[in-house]
Amino acid sequence: MGLSRDQMAIRVARELQDGYYVNLGIGIPTLVANHVPEGMEVMLQSENGLLGMGPFPTEDAVDADLINAGKQTVTTATGASIFSSAESFAMIRGGHVDLTVLGAFEVDAQGNIASWMIPGKLIKGMGGAMDLVAGADNIIVTMTHADKYGNSKLLPECSLPLTGAGCIKQVLTDLAYLEIRDGKFHLVERAPGISVEEIVEKTAGELVVPDNVPEMQF
Amino acid sequence: MAGFDKVVNTYEEAMAGLEDGMTVIAGGFGICGIPENLITQMKKMGTKDLTIVSNNCGIDGFGLGILLEDRQIKKMISSYVGENKLFEEQLLAGELEVELTPQGTLAEKMRAAGAGIPAFYTATGYGTDVAEGKDVREFDGRKYILEESIQGDFAIVKAWKADRYGNAIYRHTAQNFNPMAATAGKITVMEVEEIVEPGELDPTQIHTPGIYVDRLIQGTFEKRIEIRTVREG
Repeated sequence: MGLSRDQMAIRVARELQDGYYVNLGIGIPTLVANHVPEGMEVMLQSENGLLGMGPFPTEDAVDADLINAGKQTVTTATGASIFSSAESFAMIRGGHVDLTVLGAFEVDAQGNIASWMIPGKLIKGMGGAMDLVAGADNIIVTMTHADKYGNSKLLPECSLPLTGAGCIKQVLTDLAYLEIRDGKFHLVERAPGISVEEIVEKTAGELVVPDNVPEMQF
Repeated sequence: MAGFDKVVNTYEEAMAGLEDGMTVIAGGFGICGIPENLITQMKKMGTKDLTIVSNNCGIDGFGLGILLEDRQIKKMISSYVGENKLFEEQLLAGELEVELTPQGTLAEKMRAAGAGIPAFYTATGYGTDVAEGKDVREFDGRKYILEESIQGDFAIVKAWKADRYGNAIYRHTAQNFNPMAATAGKITVMEVEEIVEPGELDPTQIHTPGIYVDRLIQGTFEKRIEIRTVREG
């Protein structure tokens, strides 16, 4: 058994730093907000035009004019600011966001990411994902290491249409924490109880395994 | 109507001149901050073959989704669509064309049009299908693609309050694409919850200066919520 969704969020949250502006994608990335370390201040950016997203509102505070990028009703945190979509993507594209966390279908050893369309299925669109991966220097991709049939999602080359080219340097899967550089995946940490052999077997792209691969602690 | 007074009294007047085949830029994100009544007026008018530029296409029975009911939309330029069954049906039947555009690029296309900039380079989409057929240039070792701005024959926007001159303020995240949309229409029509007299709004707090607004109308809004998420009190 690899990491649970919550454990993945906890592991990503360890990469947060005090004073970080962070954009969290839908799914596991959203859970990272629940694990911000005590005493640390982090501001969440929502690409529809909100910096400083607070928790969901109580029933009596629901406001149709205040939503996040997932179209959910939210609140503002203390010190929040609200702005236009152009301003929001100026922050994103301009590299002002300190950390971006998003999901993916596939990542490859060149740092390419495919996360927005599967040919043959209905295409809904990329939303802000292409801007996010193009603009951020510090991106963590969260996804399962393999699909439900056991096929690796860490590939020599993405098979699905790309969201961005050469922009991913860090991947957290349910099995491992990896870095991408020099056209290779580098194994950094493994999930508790997961062997290096299993990670090697489930990584289709070239994988560099150091002598010592520490186990994540929870 | 005289001088800088942009107020019109009916939705017929607000959308007068909209014709078949025109391009309409619409503010809003999902169904937040959408010009509900201007869209309803477009449905009433039955204008066809429209190209709509908007981040999304509403939902079934609300927002831009209602323009699908009588097949008024020929083409959507959006970053994310398909929150409605009718949209999916018309897309799969080949009755509707979609040009998917990254959200930040879409916002910038509107902003650029309003600012007199015909095209701009962005790293967004480089190396993806979005870059197909577009000029690529390298600046400082990084590759960028050329994206053209989009002007609308009409722009329809929703603000919270405006004075009669069209100086407007948006409320919370209902701002979204509205300020850029407002600048990008040959004719910009704005609807608001409240019209006040010039001088009543603090000039330092204005989001959209009245120079961008051609017609202004006060309406009442349903403000439907797409995804209601709450926590325990």
